[in-house]
Amino acid sequence: MINFQFVRTSVVKTALSLIGKDPKAAFIAGGTNLVDLMKRGVIAPEKLIDINHLPLKQIELKNNILHIGALVSNSALAENALVKEKFPLLMLALQAGASAQLRNVATVGGNMMQRTRCGYFYDTTMPCNKRQPGSGCGAIGGYNRMHAIFGTSESCIAVHPSDMCVGLAALDAQVVIAGAKGERKINFVDFHRLAGTTPEKDNNLQKGELILRVEIPANNLNKNFHYLKVRDRTSYAFALVSVAAALEIKDGLIANARLAMGGVAHKPWRLTASEVFLRGKPATLANCEEAAKLAMKDAKGFGENDFKLKLAPNTIIEALTIAKSKA
Amino acid sequence: MAEIDNNQSGDTRRDFLKKTSLFTALSLTPLTVLKAADNKVDERFAELFEKIPLNLKVNNKPYTLKVEPRVTLLDLLREQLHLTGTKKGCDYGQCGACTIHIDGVRVNSCLSLAVMNEGKSITTIEGLAKGDELHPMQAAFIKHDGFQCGYCTPGQIMSAVACVREGHANSKDEIREYMSGNICRCGAYPNIVDAIQEVKEGGKAI
Repeated sequence: MINFQFVRTSVVKTALSLIGKDPKAAFIAGGTNLVDLMKRGVIAPEKLIDINHLPLKQIELKNNILHIGALVSNSALAENALVKEKFPLLMLALQAGASAQLRNVATVGGNMMQRTRCGYFYDTTMPCNKRQPGSGCGAIGGYNRMHAIFGTSESCIAVHPSDMCVGLAALDAQVVIAGAKGERKINFVDFHRLAGTTPEKDNNLQKGELILRVEIPANNLNKNFHYLKVRDRTSYAFALVSVAAALEIKDGLIANARLAMGGVAHKPWRLTASEVFLRGKPATLANCEEAAKLAMKDAKGFGENDFKLKLAPNTIIEALTIAKSKA
Repeated sequence: MAEIDNNQSGDTRRDFLKKTSLFTALSLTPLTVLKAADNKVDERFAELFEKIPLNLKVNNKPYTLKVEPRVTLLDLLREQLHLTGTKKGCDYGQCGACTIHIDGVRVNSCLSLAVMNEGKSITTIEGLAKGDELHPMQAAFIKHDGFQCGYCTPGQIMSAVACVREGHANSKDEIREYMSGNICRCGAYPNIVDAIQEVKEGGKAI
């Protein structure tokens, strides 16, 4: 690992001022992805700013909105009583990610900031527009079994690897961000970006900004929900396809539906057209199948990942079927 | 390293060093640095980086150390403290061989920078037994033949102890799920699960 300077602060304002002064500095929280990438030479910050002592570890309910500090660990969030009771879909998504050891360290903000696991991004001898803009995409025409089928571009077909983010996208979460000019709030689904012509940008966090917290508004999606993750082994593997599904069923009809997918795009992929279709209808198998069909409009395979074109709709149908069957 | 709590005290020894001519030349020309690293000049260059004071407890013994920022907790334990029970498997957080407890929580020590653990209390496999008396999990692994080559075993045992303490060892399926961060290439999994289940069902506080 190339050496670097190290500073630590327990004050948000100081953290912002430090990163503002130093364009080649990076924040470090859990470090489970950053240290990995630094060891492999994929990234080499000149300075790390340790933010683990910032006061961003609270989980609290305020005016029916759950506030989750950016430094809450993935395991603490999954075990939290409010999350279990009100947003169990998020609990399932968190439990599906990584291993117990990694979840103990990985933070909410860090999970959002993690980089793709595309092999070409990790292999510094290969072309990758995300790692080195303009060098080309090795995955297009290469090994692309794990890659995207939605929202791809000619420069990048990588996927965002998070499970937690798929849950948060489905739950209409928002992100509160601090910068030199103050705080701003954006919708979670607008946090991550599609690759487009700038795959080096994973998200819309600007240089010098810091994620403070994620907020989830109250909902009635804590009865009929499921997070279904399909992967190469039963546990501790990145998703081939995952689906977060939640239904609010009133008098036999779907009053509210939420669907988001992981492992299929450069960002958590919300299935808005399918949600609109399901609203007001009974949760029959035929309607679930139609919702899955609608979701697959515009999907495109790249050879090795063509199987996802069938796996994805099947996973949507299965997730909806399990969600609606919960008593 | 600077512990910075206000905007005024941001000027550190590091910043001072940065202003010296050699450091400035190197830091402003990344290519030079890379070339220097290629030519093994990196070692001398590294001396310019401050070693950071670090206080921590390992297996209840306090240590006052100085480490480079890039040293992982795993390398600190093995190379500087010579506690080689904790194993380096993949070194990328994929295998779990380096699992230790930080303040009672199981963690992959290969992905934790040592300097991030100021004031923390670390437990490694060497800290489990009480003198000659094995920890119940160690005894159960021997009884159930929960290993073959043994390389993953320290990480498996540290993870297993945490798994029971967390309350995630209530069935074979739950044990498998919550032990999935520890890979065993010999395939001793069924026996590992048996060992953990026995300790859990023994009901003793571990």
